[in-house]
This record gives sequence, structure tokens and C-alpha cells, in this order.
Amino acid sequence: MLKIENLHAETAGKAILKGLSLEIRPGQVHAIMGPNGAGKSTLANVLGGKPGYEVTGGSVEFMGQDLLDLDPHERAAAGLFLGFQYPVEIPGVSNVQFLREALNAQRKVRGEEPLSGGEFLKLAKEKAGLLGMDMDMLKRHVNVGFSGGEKKRAEMVQMGILAPSLAVLDETDSGLDIDALRVVGEGINAIMRPQGGAADKGVLLITHYQRLLDVVKPDLVSVLADGRIIETGGPELALRLENEGYDAVMAENLGAAA
Amino acid sequence: MSDNLDIQENPLSDAPEMDAEAKEAAANAAEYEHGWSAEIDTEFAEKGLTEDTVRFISGKKGEPEWMLDWRLKAFRLWEQMEEPDWAKVGYPKIDYQDAYYYAAPTKKVELDSLDDLDPDIKAVYDKLGIPLGEQEVLAGVKGAKKVAVDAVFDSVSVATTFREELKKAGVIFLSISEAIKEHPELVKKWLGKVVPQRDNYFATLNCAVFSDGTFVYVPEGVRCPMELSTYFRINAENTGQFERTLIIAEKGSYVSYLEGCTAPMRDENQLHAAVVELVAMEDAEIKYSTVQNWYPGNSEGVGGIYNFVTKRGLCQGDRSKIRWTQVETGSAVTWKYPSCVLNGEDSVGEFYSVAVTNNFQQADTGTKMIHNGKGSRSTIISKGISAGKSNNTYRGLVRVGPNADGVRNFTQCDSLLLGDECGAHTVPYIEVKNPGAQIEHEATTSKISEEQMFYAQQRGLDEEEAVALIVNGFAKDVLKELPMEFAVEAQKLLAISLEGSVG
Repeated sequence: MLKIENLHAETAGKAILKGLSLEIRPGQVHAIMGPNGAGKSTLANVLGGKPGYEVTGGSVEFMGQDLLDLDPHERAAAGLFLGFQYPVEIPGVSNVQFLREALNAQRKVRGEEPLSGGEFLKLAKEKAGLLGMDMDMLKRHVNVGFSGGEKKRAEMVQMGILAPSLAVLDETDSGLDIDALRVVGEGINAIMRPQGGAADKGVLLITHYQRLLDVVKPDLVSVLADGRIIETGGPELALRLENEGYDAVMAENLGAAA
Repeated sequence: MSDNLDIQENPLSDAPEMDAEAKEAAANAAEYEHGWSAEIDTEFAEKGLTEDTVRFISGKKGEPEWMLDWRLKAFRLWEQMEEPDWAKVGYPKIDYQDAYYYAAPTKKVELDSLDDLDPDIKAVYDKLGIPLGEQEVLAGVKGAKKVAVDAVFDSVSVATTFREELKKAGVIFLSISEAIKEHPELVKKWLGKVVPQRDNYFATLNCAVFSDGTFVYVPEGVRCPMELSTYFRINAENTGQFERTLIIAEKGSYVSYLEGCTAPMRDENQLHAAVVELVAMEDAEIKYSTVQNWYPGNSEGVGGIYNFVTKRGLCQGDRSKIRWTQVETGSAVTWKYPSCVLNGEDSVGEFYSVAVTNNFQQADTGTKMIHNGKGSRSTIISKGISAGKSNNTYRGLVRVGPNADGVRNFTQCDSLLLGDECGAHTVPYIEVKNPGAQIEHEATTSKISEEQMFYAQQRGLDEEEAVALIVNGFAKDVLKELPMEFAVEAQKLLAISLEGSVG
């Protein structure tokens, strides 16, 4: 569903991604790990289409479309969801209003009928329930006064409501305590790989730590370093990184390449 | 009274320049949605302003002698006055002798119902998306709540509805011209008592040549059974508009009044100098809501309405309350300070404002809260939104008189900037002559951040939808004070006004 080939991108004149290739198939959870400054957040921002990031080479195909050719809102309507590391506050706008407008805007682009207020509230209630969030919280303004954990939880509720086919989650686990991490992790599972549901969704999980991967079991783990994927393996790769550190894996990889 | 009420001169004011290059850069920005002109016959007074013009207007309207005398007195005062220049607005000098001061639709008929409305005028309303019929449907859906519409079209009322129901309640809702004839004692008693004839240049001009407007009288103890509403519209080339509104709420009464307007596109600037006077007696409450959408000029800053308005409410009785709510999106130049004179003990004045400026618009707006009564309270919430190359100034005065013990005021002024070529300015004046007063002032200035925009877009909103959402959130504290019917319209208007301001 997502095919990134030899992607080069820069921001503020500095090359960050230097030939990154990666593929995600329906049903896959693909974890991206790597040291700070490797380009993990840049990858997420480039996929989302954030202004200020310039693609200088390579291609990204998403659901049969040239992703890089789409505006950010068109990417969302096509089924791409970005889980933000630092979710933004929008004062004066309730989560309910924000998400209903966003969902209906997406539906409009897709040529679908808008959801009525009642239909939307029913959906919102159900998805919030998955993350242990009550409606009072959804009536509050977007991320205003939310704790770090609440913000991440709200991101997952948004994901549940917008029902994307691909979720790119940028360090969703940062700033979470153990309990919140479990709730969010189980939320990701419930939304993106529902039990008994069709395995047609993909997740690109950007993280530093093994602990989220204990809950959201990845199919593949890749190591991103200096703007490139230097190694891809199964879940055991994440465990090795946890035990041996990035340096060891990177050194080995560089040695093999030499 | 008048000397006390003048807003202070601002020695720092300067006029922003518009250069050709700047105009060119804005050329692709939003166009005015309601920019068209309906073909309706109009009868003009001759161009220019002399005593004869004043006599012509008064005669045309069949006014009694006392009204003509009042107008002439104002005209003579006006001749001695000078146009003020302290506001942070700049515009070419107005040639008052090169404007028309009276225009009336020639097909003037008394209507039994809206069905009898001039089809051309009806078409105008339909185009604006505010057909009178829709108001009735809306009322039906919402049950008991009704909206009475006194349609002021080109200076003269051509349709008045719901009059019967109001009559039953004892509420008088007429054009000011009719009120002068039918209720001279009330008009004589109050006209010019809140905004004196010599108050300021534009108000004095209005006194001399006011064309028409609305008169509302709510008797003691009566709760007006519906929202009262007037739509204004300028429709004749080069026609100065001088609306005059007078609302009196007697002891223990309540009334909510809505005023909305929009105007067609044209190149020549048009002067609009309205005067609104409100009087609230003991325990009375008046809510006055405005959605203002006069033609702001095109994206290069050409044309547009000059809106020099004097609005003032007198909280005369104890525990009386006046609330101004305004959404200002239009006009090339706005000069407007809806104010409250709080004479009654424990009286309450409130001012909720959203002012949007885009392209080359200039707005200098705010309020005055004059606390004379003991225990009087006021709240000021002002939200300024600037885009393009516009300038948006909040100017406000909070004055506490020496005998006014226990006064409280809370002021919040927030400015939101879109882009980096616009300006937001806050000019609060505070004059306290009583040491017991409690005055709070908060002010913020922020920009719509790239992060907010990307966040909203990533969730599915396009650029303009994202701006509209963020701006409406910013203005929410004010929008929620508007009656339902207006809130929806106002939200749309904010979005329309800012079209083309991003990207």
C-alpha cells in the first residue's frame, strides 16, 4: 500500500533523507527505529506533506497514487493519518467539531455523503470508548490543557474516527507512562488490526523503545540511520537494538557494507 | 453630557500608505461575493449638502416642523465642525459636496405581506442568501421564536412584518420616519439624548441628513416576543447612507435587536455614517447584535464603504443592562465604538466584538464604558483578525467617575495575524477617578501557526477550511454571544472574508 523508493528530502537546505526505501503491505506493522537525528520525524513530515520539507529525489506510491503529487488534505482523504509527536492546540475548537469537520471534508473529497451530527456522535463515542476517553473530554478544545498522555490518547481517538488505511505514528509513545502506553498500544491494535477484522491496514510505527513493540507487535523492524534504512528484520531486531544499542548494529552494518 | 463622551485624541495616530506595488501583490486575493447591483429606480436629492438639501430631505419625508428645525440646527453645527483625524485610518479626503444625501426607491408601497415585495428587491435578498421567507421558515422550525424583519432598502423602509404580533405585546417597531409622525412625543423625548447633536462630526452630519432607520419602543415590563431584525443595504451609486436608530426599553423590559448588512460592488467610495441610540431604564435589558458586511473595496484597495458610526447605549436605570455584539467584516474604513454610559446603580455594559480586516481594509474599532453608577460593571471582549495588508486597531476607553464606587471592568483584547504584512494595534485608555474601581486588562497577539495549519490539513481540511476553523475558534467567545440565526451567518462570513488570505 505504501512504496517509498530512493527518497531524498531536505529541510532548511539540509539533506536529511538520503535514499530511503521502504515498503508496507496491507496488514503489516512496520517499526522504524533509529538514533536521534536519523530522519525519523522528517520521514513522517514528508509523507504528510508538511510545508518546509522539500523532496529532492525518489518516489512515494500510496494506494496506487503518487503521494507526493497530493496536497496534505488530499493525502488524508486518501487514507493517510499522521500521529503527531507534539499534537497542536486549537483554542476555541472542540474535538467534536474539529473531527466532524475533518471527517466530512475527507468524505467530500472521496465523493461520500457527510455524516449527520447524530451519526458522528455515535461514531465518536464508540471510538473514544476504545481509548477509555469520555465524551466530556471530546467536548474540550483540541489539545488545549491536555496532559502529554491525554494528547496522545486523543490522537488515537482521532485515528479511530478518521479510520485511515495507513497510520504513520511518530513517537506516539514519547511522554507516556507505562499505563498510558498500554492503553495507547491496545488502541492502535484495536483500530488498525481489529480482531477478526480484515487485515487491510498498515502502520508505520516510529519509536525509540521496545516497550511499545511489546504491545503492538511489529511484523518488520527497520533501522533508520543517516537518512537511510540500514537494516530490516523481524521483531528480534528490535530486541537486539534494545540490548546492544544502535551503535553496535550500525557498526556491524557498515562493516558488512565495506 | 457630550463633552464627557468624546473619545480621547490619539496623538500617535498615523495614516498607513498604500503603494502601487503592494496593491499589485494583493491582486489575486478574494473577490467580494455580494458584488452586483440590482436595477431599481431611485429618486435622488441633488448632489451636495446645503440647507436646501436638508429641507428637501425633510420635505420628501413629510416631516413636521420641529423635525426640520432639529435637522437644520444640526446642519449649522456641522458646518462649524472639522472632520476628526485621530483614528488609525487613512483615506482620501471626502468631498461632502460631491455626494448625494437622499435616495429612495420610487415604487414605495405599503405591503400586506412579503409576497407583495418588489420582485427586484426580493431578488436582491435572495442573492444575499437572506430571503425574508427563510426567516419565517427558520422561525417555524424553532417553534415560538420568530424574527421580525423591517427591511430598510435604500434608506426607506419598504416592508415591515410581524407588526400585528408586536402590537399585541405593545412593542412599537417602526421606521424612524413613521415614528416621527406617529409617536412624536417619544421621538422628541429621546432623539439626540444619548448621542447629542454636537457629539462628533459624523454624528452631527447624520442628525442633519439622516435618511431612515428603525425605532423600537418596549413598554414597561414587556419582554419583546421575538428578535427584531433589520437588513441594511446600500444600492444607489454615490449615495451617502445615514441610518438613524433609536431603541427605548422601559422599566423591566427586554429586547434583542439584530442588524445585518451587505452592499454591492462599485468603484466609488461611499460614506455611511449611522447613529444608533439605546436607552435602558430600570431593570431593562437590550441586546444589540450586528453583522456588518459592507463592501470592503476590491483586492487592490479600490472602492469600498467608509463606515463612520456612532453607537451608544444609555444604561439609565438601576440594574439595567446593554450588550453590544458585533461581527465586523466589511467596509474599506471602519470607525466605530459602540459604547455604554452606565448611569444606573449596578448597571451592566458588555461589548463583544470580532473585527476582520483583509486586503487593504482599515478598522479602528472598540468601545467606551463610562461608569457613573455605583456598582456598575462592564465586560469587553475584542477579537481582531488581520490579513493581507490590512490594519486592525482596538481603541477603547474605560472611565470611572469619582462617585462610582465598586466599579468593575474586565477587558480582553486578542489579535490574530494572518501573514506578515498586516497590522494589529491595541490602544486602551483607562481613566479612573475612584480608587475603589477594579479594572483588569488582558491582551494577546498571535499568529496562525504553520503547525496548526498542517495539523488541520493532515486531518483532512483544505487550506481555507483550516483557516476558517482556526479563526472561528479564535472568535468563539464572541460568536457564542450572537443569536443562533446570526451565529451561523457570522461564521460563514468570517470564512468568506478571509478567502485568499493564505497560501
